[in-house]
Amino acid sequence: MTGELELQDVTVRYGDTVAVDGLTATLGDGQIHGLLGRNGSGKTSLLSVAAGFRRASGGEVLLDGQQVFENPGAVRRMCCIRGAGDTVEHDWPGDKVTHALELAATLRPRWDRGWADRLTQRFNLPLRTRLGELSRGQRAALGVVLGLASRAPVTIFDETYLGMDAPSRYAFYEELLADQVEHPRTFILSTHHIEEVASLFETVLIIDDGRLMVHEEADALRARGAAVTGPAEAVDAFTADLDVLATTRLGPTRSDTVYGELDDHHRRDARERGLQLDPVPLQDLFVHLTEATDRAHTHSATAPGGRP
Amino acid sequence: MFDERSPIYRQIAGRIRSEVLSGALEEDEQVMSTTQYATHFRINPATAAKAFAELVDEGVLYKRRGVGMFVAPGAREVLRAAHRARFFDEVVEPMIDQAVAIGVDLDEVVDRIRARQASAQNASQEEVGG
Repeated sequence: MTGELELQDVTVRYGDTVAVDGLTATLGDGQIHGLLGRNGSGKTSLLSVAAGFRRASGGEVLLDGQQVFENPGAVRRMCCIRGAGDTVEHDWPGDKVTHALELAATLRPRWDRGWADRLTQRFNLPLRTRLGELSRGQRAALGVVLGLASRAPVTIFDETYLGMDAPSRYAFYEELLADQVEHPRTFILSTHHIEEVASLFETVLIIDDGRLMVHEEADALRARGAAVTGPAEAVDAFTADLDVLATTRLGPTRSDTVYGELDDHHRRDARERGLQLDPVPLQDLFVHLTEATDRAHTHSATAPGGRP
Repeated sequence: MFDERSPIYRQIAGRIRSEVLSGALEEDEQVMSTTQYATHFRINPATAAKAFAELVDEGVLYKRRGVGMFVAPGAREVLRAAHRARFFDEVVEPMIDQAVAIGVDLDEVVDRIRARQASAQNASQEEVGG
């Protein structure tokens, strides 16, 4: 059983600051969604509202059509693991790892005890250690165990795995993917380190300044970016009508990163002009897309007098 | 090629196709499962499944319920035919474009092809004769 999460015009305000600005998106059930955004883009505020931790200042969050906030039935079907530092849902530093696992077993109707044990071993989690004494990586790993073994229809990892070392992260991806085949559920993984997890995502949401910039299937998004490289004049002529996100020059050679699907006509044209077309990694696309809005903001903020 | 290597499911499909073409995967041989693909390459299982679905449509793979995916009988010939159909667009046309761009005389290219053809024919005649 899975869960479809609907965000309808969600706004989160802290005083005068707007962290999430009228965001609407439907996160399809049984899919792995990547939520990408720079630091301070509103990812965590959005996920807190999505998971029912906080009330939206405006708009609604629905899980399979039901309001999430203050709805125990809906909240029990969601598990949100936040950060690497405060991943333990009930932050009692005197408790031991075993207590956290036991508590999760009673709170989570679909808790898989056997898998939780195997995961705990795989991540070398010391069961008798107090939560307050765990290292950053161990806390993150415990968060991963609590999230995975919960089998909650909506499971959210908010930058959880960033505190883990590379072998542990790879183990995490492997466990998540293998379980997704057997017991599909809705995952939301938020991160700003993209390349390592990009291939896990089925859809990608990019938020910037609290607004949804992109919500697309990961493969479709990947196909939307291309690097056009060749003699400067030829590149210039080719990309004149295209959406150019970034330009780099190396002597007489120029490379433009363009955003938008290139059709067969474009490809033939590029070939005839002696230009090389290369795919753009999702991470680069993300950097260019969020940089582009940065520039637009700076530009409008400082126009017409130029930089202050 | 960019088209082939951009979306991940196409890369997976491409990898399986070339394994079938090269004979690394034989007909009726089982291919890795969705789970194995997903965990080995750390990719979304739906992406792997999409690649398999495409290959089933093409007649390269077939599914045995509850067992897994297998290389279809005749898959190699299906792929060879498909590659032949795309050969001129994907290999010959770009070669001509490049020859023109760098100033190689097209007659010279044609001569080279004819020379290769002649030596291939000689070789096969010798084989028959010997």
